[in-house]
Amino acid sequence: MVQREAIDADMTDKPFANGQATAATNLGADGGSRRLTDEEFERYSRQMIVPGMGKEGQLRLINSRVLIIGAGGLGCPAAQYIAGAGIGIIGIVDGDVVEASNLHRQVGHSTSRIGVKKVNSLITHLEDLNPLPTYVPYPFQLTPQNAADIISQYDLVMDCTDNPITRYLISDICVLLRKPLVSAAAVQKSGQLTVLNCPPTPQGRVDGKYAPCYRCCFRKPPPPSSMVSCGEAGIMGPVVGMMGVAQAGEAIKILASALHIPSPTTDSTPERNLQQPTLLIYTYDLDSAVGPYSFRALKMGGRKRNCFACGENSTLTLEGIKAGVPDYVQFCSVPTSKVDLPPEERITAAAYHTAKQSGELPEHILIDTREKEHFSFGSIEGAVNTPFSKLLMKAAAIKRDGSPASEILPADAKDSDAPIFVVCRTGLDSQETVEKLKELGLDNGGERRIVDIMGGMKAWKEEVDPTFPYI
Amino acid sequence: MSNATESAAIPIVVDFSGGLEMLFDDQRRHSVSLPAVDAGGKPANIAFLIQYLCKNLMKDPRVDLFVLDDHLRPGILVLINDADWELEGEEAYKIQPHDNILFVSTLHGG
Repeated sequence: MVQREAIDADMTDKPFANGQATAATNLGADGGSRRLTDEEFERYSRQMIVPGMGKEGQLRLINSRVLIIGAGGLGCPAAQYIAGAGIGIIGIVDGDVVEASNLHRQVGHSTSRIGVKKVNSLITHLEDLNPLPTYVPYPFQLTPQNAADIISQYDLVMDCTDNPITRYLISDICVLLRKPLVSAAAVQKSGQLTVLNCPPTPQGRVDGKYAPCYRCCFRKPPPPSSMVSCGEAGIMGPVVGMMGVAQAGEAIKILASALHIPSPTTDSTPERNLQQPTLLIYTYDLDSAVGPYSFRALKMGGRKRNCFACGENSTLTLEGIKAGVPDYVQFCSVPTSKVDLPPEERITAAAYHTAKQSGELPEHILIDTREKEHFSFGSIEGAVNTPFSKLLMKAAAIKRDGSPASEILPADAKDSDAPIFVVCRTGLDSQETVEKLKELGLDNGGERRIVDIMGGMKAWKEEVDPTFPYI
Repeated sequence: MSNATESAAIPIVVDFSGGLEMLFDDQRRHSVSLPAVDAGGKPANIAFLIQYLCKNLMKDPRVDLFVLDDHLRPGILVLINDADWELEGEEAYKIQPHDNILFVSTLHGG
């Protein structure tokens, strides 16, 4: 029953154009009426006796197909509850492999499976939790080319991804294929959750109140410069876990109560399906206990008349997406001004190290602009920590108040004329810092060298010290 | 009379979430006394509030993480008393005493 073979990326044959998938679709709102097996009866008893669930609700779950895109911090907890609840067919899409730094939050993986494809690792875990569902692995990334073929096999999609490019792609396909979408995201100490496209309505229909798609709520992505990933900004396990579990909760509710079944083509308004679109936000403060604003439920608008994907004049099509229209990568990477330092103002991490070792390097000031949490794990000998945001604030204050530019330098280097070297985490902030210091006149009209260490502490670990505790 | 109008202030609560608090002294919640009218004498609306926050409340000089081309940067939602500002008239919404205005940066991690 359990399908372990990876589905080919090109998806030439449809693995579920068969009895089971068709049955799921035909059962629709009434959930069918077969007997539960003894094993199902035993396993699902505690959720079936909840008012509103019953045997009908359980059979609808068993006859449903859910696609989980992303097997990370959201996807792991989401998949656990989806599998536990007995959803019949569970597809999981992810191209990554398990790393040790995933494990504090990606609780469907394990230490013994580091290096294994996340999809296979998670399915191993889920099969142990509940062997009854059919698990379908897609151990590769979702792309504009394969997305429609995969998503078309399912009744509901869970967006557990970590980047806007895939989020817009998933939403667009869900609009065109009329699939409900449960979407969540989390970074650092905040999480967000929203149910989209539920119940799904044909693209272009704007003659009434309809559920929004992702683009209706989030018309444009933030500029890349303002975006932080979990890898860069960090993430607390329970924050992303909470959002993943909430996603499973919404998906189970939708499927058990058939909220996703589009209304019959008659004009009767399916009132119960048209809930107020809501964005749930979870805020987690490390320095205070749970409070009145930890969870907020925000009212969102419905489908937008002028929405690019679902609005009245939308030109979005499945064929177009497959052929590269729209260009999701470009849509999500509006160009930002980049610093372009001349070569004499840059040095590689290896060259800096060699020059320092051989004594060729004059006495100098070394500023490390990483956040203090990063700095606390280790730094280059002699480095002084001035986090980038603090540095920018100081620079602004100096310009505003007309105070001496040297105020921005570390306390014991204010009177020095020594060259300044700047290092950061990956080599971008340090270039901006060099630019900023020159702007303040600290280069003494070109007399004093201000140099960027290329590639930051990441390059330091790669080129100089492989044991460096880089995060 | 006109002096009294000019000096009148509207008490509101402004919240930041999704990382935007970083630009405002790492404080999620601010009590703000917003001038009741803008420089041109028009009643304070959301557009005016955004300008006011940039000038008076933002500690971080990276204004472009909040405002781009005189408008809120893409990827920030505004909630007026917990409802999307699109339901309330967006930038033109006239601010009322004790309103709660929440700015949320949309998240993408997972």
